[in-house]
Amino acid sequence: MDGWAFVGVFVIVGVVLLSLPLVLAALLAPRKPNSIKSETYECGMETYGDTRVQFKAQYYVYALMFAVFDIETVFLLPWAIAYKSFGSIFPLLEMIVFVLILVGGLAYAWRKGALEWL
Amino acid sequence: MQIPGNDIFIALAVWLRNLLASIGLDPTAIDVVMALIRAAVLGTLALLVFMLITWLERKVVARMQDRIGPNLAGPWGLLQPLADGIKAITKEDTTPAGADVMIFNASPIVAGVAALLVYAVIPLGPDTGFGALQGTDMSVGLFYILAVGAVSLIAILMAGWSSNNKYALVGAFRAVAELLSYEVPQVLSITAMVMIAGTMRMTELVEVQSVPFILPLFLTALIFLISGIAESGRSPFDLVEAESEIVAGYHIEYSGMKFSLFFLGEFVHAFAVCAVFATVFLNGWEGPILPPWIWFFVKSFAVFFVMMWIKFTMPRFRIDQLMAFNWKFLVPVALVNLFTLAVGDTALKTVGLGRGANPWAWGLILFALNVVTLMAALGMLGRAARKSRLNKRPIVARMDDVSPAAASAPVAK
Repeated sequence: MDGWAFVGVFVIVGVVLLSLPLVLAALLAPRKPNSIKSETYECGMETYGDTRVQFKAQYYVYALMFAVFDIETVFLLPWAIAYKSFGSIFPLLEMIVFVLILVGGLAYAWRKGALEWL
Repeated sequence: MQIPGNDIFIALAVWLRNLLASIGLDPTAIDVVMALIRAAVLGTLALLVFMLITWLERKVVARMQDRIGPNLAGPWGLLQPLADGIKAITKEDTTPAGADVMIFNASPIVAGVAALLVYAVIPLGPDTGFGALQGTDMSVGLFYILAVGAVSLIAILMAGWSSNNKYALVGAFRAVAELLSYEVPQVLSITAMVMIAGTMRMTELVEVQSVPFILPLFLTALIFLISGIAESGRSPFDLVEAESEIVAGYHIEYSGMKFSLFFLGEFVHAFAVCAVFATVFLNGWEGPILPPWIWFFVKSFAVFFVMMWIKFTMPRFRIDQLMAFNWKFLVPVALVNLFTLAVGDTALKTVGLGRGANPWAWGLILFALNVVTLMAALGMLGRAARKSRLNKRPIVARMDDVSPAAASAPVAK
């Protein structure tokens, strides 16, 4: 059986394993909801306004940085796998140039203050 | 008596396979049944380890804080996890008003399963011709661990968004920012590791370690451990659920068993990080006399102890410190580490001191290189810290500093 099929089996078994206690809890646990109990818990204060508000744009900047570096690794990992079979040092130099461009990007973001938490 | 694979579990698997064949199942059906059994055993194992480490953690933190810890349920309190489980099952399970019920109920299971999935590729023993003591030995094992490790992030986001609670939402945002960011140094350290090992298959990663990789990859191991702790959301990186700031973060609205499942997800993930660390840096199952799987657990628990030690020693980071530490320290250091390793290893290969020639000399030279890099990085960090402390004057001085003109100026509306 090939590797990925086992992962599928494992997902199913995992969901069943973790659902069992939930089913048990549904059978055993008391269930007496009332309007005060099911209110949103915000430290005893009544909740005010809509929950799904706009959030800081800062998070978006980090997500962008992450995308850049994550795509970088998509290129770096095959290089790393093939590293042992390199006969010359040119692949090494190519990788250094590639990473240096990214380091330049990181330095630019740093300089521009994109890495400051405001 | 000679048992197949010299291992009781492999012998059991072979016996089961023969038993299934003798009752006339065809080979595909046998494969499916065996996969189901393997998955069930691995899942149960992960849950048992979870129960053990909740007890262990409470005991260890108690010792570190000069307390006794759980000691009433069973000998040394060993049955405490069972008691906790019974309590969690019999607690009322509330759903907040305005919650997105389907996603609200699904996210604990997603969190748990995402953490469990890592165990599919962790090898507990070598392949001696009857298959390794492992769920599945895929060729991209390490990459798979990265991929399923990121799924827990989605579970956190699902929980935070569906709870209809502002604290939960802030927790989820923080989780995404933190986990995304710390994935970068983790991936970079894995790249360095893969470069030296030349494979991503977990069993091969153990077999290529002619010298434990914690030596030549010392800095890589440190970065991997730090980002692994952050990835599993444990203190000092537990901003996601900072009790003193956002109550409990994304799982604030969860109660009873669903809350326990989040707890389970975190612990199982943390132990998975330790297991991966033990596998790729500490020679995995290899060791004298004792069976391989015992060595694997000894090493994993040793790493987990270090993790607990860090957890109970360090105060929690602030979110800006957390992000700055990642992007301004860990990522640059991980990149430099990748450079020095590639250049160092190639240089050693050219002068005939490569891994094939003399593994220990190779390992020790690269270890020295790592230490030099680490010292340089820490030196630069210290200088930057001193500089930023000089720029920040104490608040008292700044209050005196306000000129009469500025103080009397109208406040901008």
